[in-house]
Amino acid sequence: MSAQMLRVTEIEALSPLVKRFRFEHPHGAKLPLFSGGAHVVVEMPDGDMLRRNAYSLISDPQDGSGYEIAVRREDGGRGGSRFMHACVRQGDMLRISTPLNLFSLDMRARKHVLIAGGIGITPIIAQMQQLLRMQGRFEIHYAARSRREAAGLRLLPDLPHIHAHISDEGRRMDLGAILDRQPIGTHVYTCGPEGLIASVAQCTERLGWPKGSLHSEVFLAPPPGRAFEVTLARSGRTITVGPHQSLLEALEEAQVEIDWSCRGGACGRCETEVVSCHGRIEHHDHWLSEDEHSSQTRIMPCVSRFRGRELILNR
Amino acid sequence: MTIQFNDETFRDDYSYHNSAEAIRRFPFPFDKDDYMYAVNMEPHAGGREGSPFENRFDVDEHYVAEMRDREITLNEDPLRCQSLPHMELAGWDLLELIMECKAEDYPELFSLHRDGDRWHWINRPLGIDHKFTFLDPTTLPYGPMEYITRQAQGDFALLDQREGNLWMEAGMVTSQADWSLDFDIGMNFFEWHAPVPKAHEMGIFQRALKFLLAIQQGAPSRRLNWTMTVNPRLDTSPENYHKWGPEKRTLTPENVGEKQFLRVELQTFFRLPRSNGLAFPIRCYLISLQDLVTVPKWGRRLHRVIRDLPDELAEYKGFAVNRQLIIDYLAQFDDGKPTSPGIFPDE
Repeated sequence: MSAQMLRVTEIEALSPLVKRFRFEHPHGAKLPLFSGGAHVVVEMPDGDMLRRNAYSLISDPQDGSGYEIAVRREDGGRGGSRFMHACVRQGDMLRISTPLNLFSLDMRARKHVLIAGGIGITPIIAQMQQLLRMQGRFEIHYAARSRREAAGLRLLPDLPHIHAHISDEGRRMDLGAILDRQPIGTHVYTCGPEGLIASVAQCTERLGWPKGSLHSEVFLAPPPGRAFEVTLARSGRTITVGPHQSLLEALEEAQVEIDWSCRGGACGRCETEVVSCHGRIEHHDHWLSEDEHSSQTRIMPCVSRFRGRELILNR
Repeated sequence: MTIQFNDETFRDDYSYHNSAEAIRRFPFPFDKDDYMYAVNMEPHAGGREGSPFENRFDVDEHYVAEMRDREITLNEDPLRCQSLPHMELAGWDLLELIMECKAEDYPELFSLHRDGDRWHWINRPLGIDHKFTFLDPTTLPYGPMEYITRQAQGDFALLDQREGNLWMEAGMVTSQADWSLDFDIGMNFFEWHAPVPKAHEMGIFQRALKFLLAIQQGAPSRRLNWTMTVNPRLDTSPENYHKWGPEKRTLTPENVGEKQFLRVELQTFFRLPRSNGLAFPIRCYLISLQDLVTVPKWGRRLHRVIRDLPDELAEYKGFAVNRQLIIDYLAQFDDGKPTSPGIFPDE
């Protein structure tokens, strides 16, 4: 995973829970451009721990002068977002990966409907910038609980085809109404909670949309769970994965060479062969097929866990 | 570095030739004495000095002649270059990538000056000096992909990435080993590889696709592929099979060393920034058997590879009809001695 050290040049509170961070090259060098929907992985040296979280880029994909992300503080999370909120200061240097896109626009679409729930607005901001630049036809539907919490409002321009649905103002998002009137050739992109993505999938299925015109991104943080042990076939070592640690993080802590990219179960980079499994792998990824899940022959260490007597990995 | 560009042809009188230097730097594809498919990818991050792996886009003594040959092929068959409408942004990505790389790697041959979106491109070997506006197709004589690939050796496919697959939806293909862009355009990775024998059962394509989907910006990959071609012809397309297919029957024990060429493809894969597409340049290198055997290690090894190759691979690669002739010719250069590992000649 290629990455470079960038300087934090701006921090701004977008809402009580969401902060915007801007990163620039310390000598002003141009950063690699990207496509709307891309994310970067931010490395956070937090005491003895090196945390790595993926965040969608919200800045203009065509602007190499800096990268911007918006981070929601998750008090019940594993600590990455709390670190960003509490410890990162303007002027700090952080290691930021090259952008990677697992949620890109389908350029065949005649029209793009972008649907966001909560902090899921972030990748959609950059997709919007790309569409504005390319003069693509689009509309945005952004659902948030309250105006105060709706950090995305600060990032969206005031345009008639950008709609905010604020539920405590009695304007809940009506997916049926949004999707029912779209022209043929429209693609829909959803980012937000799994429930929202499932609702869009159900609604479009009912309306007879082709599956290929649905796109979604659910950013999985590695779920916590019970501690478990894993044996590494190549060295014979056994390591313990803590309750708030991912298997990938435990492997990194044990200095095991392992490739990774999204750290959210979507990109496939850290896919690992299971040599032997006596127990049940708790698969949380969107990468392996159902057959691969049920056969328990592969695991995605960034998000998946294990319960049982013995798990041996080809690492 | 100065390159002396050859005046040569890839059709009719076939005056194509390799200098001693070009023979020595030829990308011989076999790192051991036998061959089977593998996902033989490695980072395209430079390589031995002077080798075709050193730069991101290799420019060699055949550059000017290859571009002339491409123009002839395109005049006869404009469908060799196609780009579906949604691939235009990927075309700009490719134009930027090639211009940047060539200007950095060969500053005496190519220059690129940028002032915002106003670009100035100079290609000295082809005598091009052109100012245009980036992302404005009205300022170029062709679409961006066609414009730049008329100035870059090798074929180019632009792949769109969606639904966990790659889709061949734009390309410039005039020096292909018997496949057709016009036939394949719009197909996904599994569809366009459907004719390849054995590899599907081996799970090669599943693994290769996963690898390609994960290629990241700034971290290109490469692999070598190969086949055999009678006469140094770039355009061995299905469309023109009637022109080159019959030439396979012209081989004799007397002329096989001169007329039979090993054809090697240096395939590279680049993630494109703006479109998130994948650029797939396929650069073709040709070497006659008589030139190849001047490197003793290669003569020995090629004999063993061709002799022991499974029949269906010789069939698929289209040289089964001449296989025995080739083996008999190469056998003279195989004294049975062991060969050193790796692809490069012994010092």
